[in-house]
Amino acid sequence: MSVLHFPQPIYDSIRAHGEQTYPHECCGVLLGHSLQGNWSVVSAVRAGNTRIDSAHNRYRIDPAELVRIQREAMRGGLDIAGFYHSHPDHPAQWSSTDFAEAHWIGCAYVITEVANGKAAVTNAFLLTGKTEEDKRFEAQTIEIGESTAVPSESHN
Amino acid sequence: MTIIIPTPLRPYVDGQSKIEVSAPTVKGALDALTLERPELRKHLFSAEGKIRAFVNVYLNDEDVRYLPQKEDSAVMENDTLTIIPSIAGGR
Repeated sequence: MSVLHFPQPIYDSIRAHGEQTYPHECCGVLLGHSLQGNWSVVSAVRAGNTRIDSAHNRYRIDPAELVRIQREAMRGGLDIAGFYHSHPDHPAQWSSTDFAEAHWIGCAYVITEVANGKAAVTNAFLLTGKTEEDKRFEAQTIEIGESTAVPSESHN
Repeated sequence: MTIIIPTPLRPYVDGQSKIEVSAPTVKGALDALTLERPELRKHLFSAEGKIRAFVNVYLNDEDVRYLPQKEDSAVMENDTLTIIPSIAGGR
C-alpha cells in the first residue's frame, strides 16, 4: 500500500475546508513531491466548486483554475500530487461518480466524510493503472507528520 | 512552443514537465508531441482521433475548445500549451 504523507496543518486544513463548505462538497488540489511511488504533500490549494447546481453531492474544479494552480506549483518546484474533496453526510469512500471522473493516474484522491458539519473519516486512494480502460483506485495509508518530510517506506 | 505535461502523463515523456515543440497550430503541436509517443497519444485522443472529452487543452489562458479556430488555432514560438485532465466527482 502506498503512503500519502501530510504535514499536520495541511491535513487539518483540508478537513476544515469540508466543514466550512458543509453541506456542500469542498474541493482542492494537493501539491507535493513523489518519492518511490509515495506522495509527500507540501501544500493544499483550495478550489471553487463549479457544480453549483448540485454542490451537496458533486464537485468540479474549473480547468482554468487548475491551469493556474499547476503553473504556480511548477514555479515552486512542486507537482500536482492529487486532489481532495468532501462527502457531506456520506462515507469517505470513492463513489462511481468519483471513479468515472478520475483521470489523474498516479495521483491521490482524498475524501473526507463530513457528518453533521464535522469532519469525520478521511481516506486516500491512489488512482493506478496505465490507461482509462484499466484504471482503478487503491487505498493509501495516510501518514501525518509535523513537517514536509518525505514519507517513510510502506511496510505493506 | 512549450507544452506543459500534467503529472499522469509524465511517464510517457521521460518524467519531463515541459516539452518544446515547433508547430504552426495547436493540432500540429499535439501531433508533434505524440508522433513518436503512441502510448501518450492514446491518453489524449480517442480512437477516432478526437481529443478525449476529459482532456482540456489551454493555449496560454484560453480553452482551445472556445477559440474560433479551435485546434487549428495558430501558435507562436512563445506560446504555452497546457494539457490538463478534468477534475470532478462526488458521492
